[in-house]
Amino acid sequence: MAEREQKKKSAPQRDAETVEEVPAGSESGEKIKAELDDLLDEIDDVLEQNAEDFVKSYIQKGGE
Amino acid sequence: MAVPKIVGIETEFGIVARGGGESNPITASSVLINAYVQELVRTGQSARTAPRVGWDFEDEMPHVDARGTTPGDARPPEVETHLVNAVLTNGARYYVDHAHPECSTPECADAREVVVWDRAAEEILRRSMTAARDLLGPGEEILVHKNNSDGKGNSYGCHENYLLARDTPFGRIVRQITPFFVTRQVFAGAGKVGVEAPGLTAQEVPYQLSQRADFFEEEVGLETTLKRPIVNTRDEPHADAKQYRRLHVIIGDANMSEVATYLKVGTTAIVLAMIEDDELGIDLAPAVPIAALRQVSYDVGLTRPFELASGGTITALEAQWEYFERARKYAETRGLDAVGQEVGADVMARWEDVLTKLETDPAQAADVVDWVAKRRLLEGYRERHDLEWGDPRLAAIGLQYHDLRPERCLAERAGLQRLVDPDEVAHAVSNPPETTRAYFRGRCLQKWPDAIVAANWDSLVFDVGGDPLRRVPMMEPSRGTAEHVGTLIDECETAAELLSRLGS
Repeated sequence: MAEREQKKKSAPQRDAETVEEVPAGSESGEKIKAELDDLLDEIDDVLEQNAEDFVKSYIQKGGE
Repeated sequence: MAVPKIVGIETEFGIVARGGGESNPITASSVLINAYVQELVRTGQSARTAPRVGWDFEDEMPHVDARGTTPGDARPPEVETHLVNAVLTNGARYYVDHAHPECSTPECADAREVVVWDRAAEEILRRSMTAARDLLGPGEEILVHKNNSDGKGNSYGCHENYLLARDTPFGRIVRQITPFFVTRQVFAGAGKVGVEAPGLTAQEVPYQLSQRADFFEEEVGLETTLKRPIVNTRDEPHADAKQYRRLHVIIGDANMSEVATYLKVGTTAIVLAMIEDDELGIDLAPAVPIAALRQVSYDVGLTRPFELASGGTITALEAQWEYFERARKYAETRGLDAVGQEVGADVMARWEDVLTKLETDPAQAADVVDWVAKRRLLEGYRERHDLEWGDPRLAAIGLQYHDLRPERCLAERAGLQRLVDPDEVAHAVSNPPETTRAYFRGRCLQKWPDAIVAANWDSLVFDVGGDPLRRVPMMEPSRGTAEHVGTLIDECETAAELLSRLGS
């Protein structure tokens, strides 16, 4: 994978991106977790009432 | 020189009719499409008096094999001429295929246009669902999903079509594109709960990258419904066959993420241009392509290598980096004219970005890659409610990610990046791209619906009274653009005038 090594060296922006990684427990990390929590709340609201029946009755014919 | 990569996507949507007792998917699909067409007539977007423009099957020949021979055991796909079939003013075809509503985008000039008209196709299905409510009894509804599997062993397709030069040897295409198709699912996979390949259980494969990998059994072939091949050999160019091929790609998933559609089409177009120009220069053929395809799909950590035919092993991400590096050199030395310079450069940047993120931690790609976005929802929900992978609520999330009802669609809520403007999509619901022959088809249908009796990809048939029917061939997909015929169509008052000025 010599190609890969070359590419890594020629793409300094990748290092810059790495620096911006979010440490766990930081303010941004909390924000991401809060967003996911909101999303999961929303899934509870919009998910089919009877998931088991819905999944069981979801039958398609093969296509193409 | 690689020819311009004119491209389109055909999507078969999952369909469920409920609340009305016994349901028939063919009837439900017909109701859906008829409801949409009637709504166009009712709102004056289609001529009141015009019969719906039919599809002209004269040039359909899906049984012709690109390898030059038809193997004895291959079943040629049947052309169904009796089902509902509409040609829309945006240049798309909207019809019942087998037991699904299918929408084929108009021919597009680049990956970004494909995203716009693919999203327009979703909007058309959404408007169809709304329109169908008026035709159904109380408590009945038709639901549409943009997915490729029902989780019970039945699959339906999302096919891409790319224009290629006829003189590109088909054997080279097969050899060089196969490893790309086996591995592009790392960013193009739509994600699936469970497994449908025979002999495997959900305990072994609780979640996988691709909707489709389970259904592929051959490396190359003409089939699309049985023994599906990684490379489909249908040789039906819908264009001048002396000059062009159309590569009919059946292996892809239908994507909800705009960026995933963009990357899938954009990277494939670049790789095909390299193959046409014979500039790829790497052989990453898997020892056993079908085994590699499934193994990559089942490896959510993206770390398991597969065996190469030439010896040695490679991971899917490493293979994608190899293709990326060759593409970067190709872009530097030959340019990306074939896929559009600006879009090509943007695809390259996003390709590098998504591979970098997937390599660092796949979770970083949750805003662009469908299988990652879906997995984030599933893992979060699983943890919150302490669920096992076999729980039907997780399977329901897996389906509802693709639900086209805005009030139910989970992909809409998953924080996916947007690439195109909703106004642009709304415009594309009824208007064609300006950059291909779809422009001629769409504009003529807008302006003279009464005078067009049939249409297909490569011709329009006019009835201007008196004379015999007049067929206008459109064998060159890059002609008939706004630049070529925009002024002409603007200037002509009648279809007869258009035909006379076209000299046909």
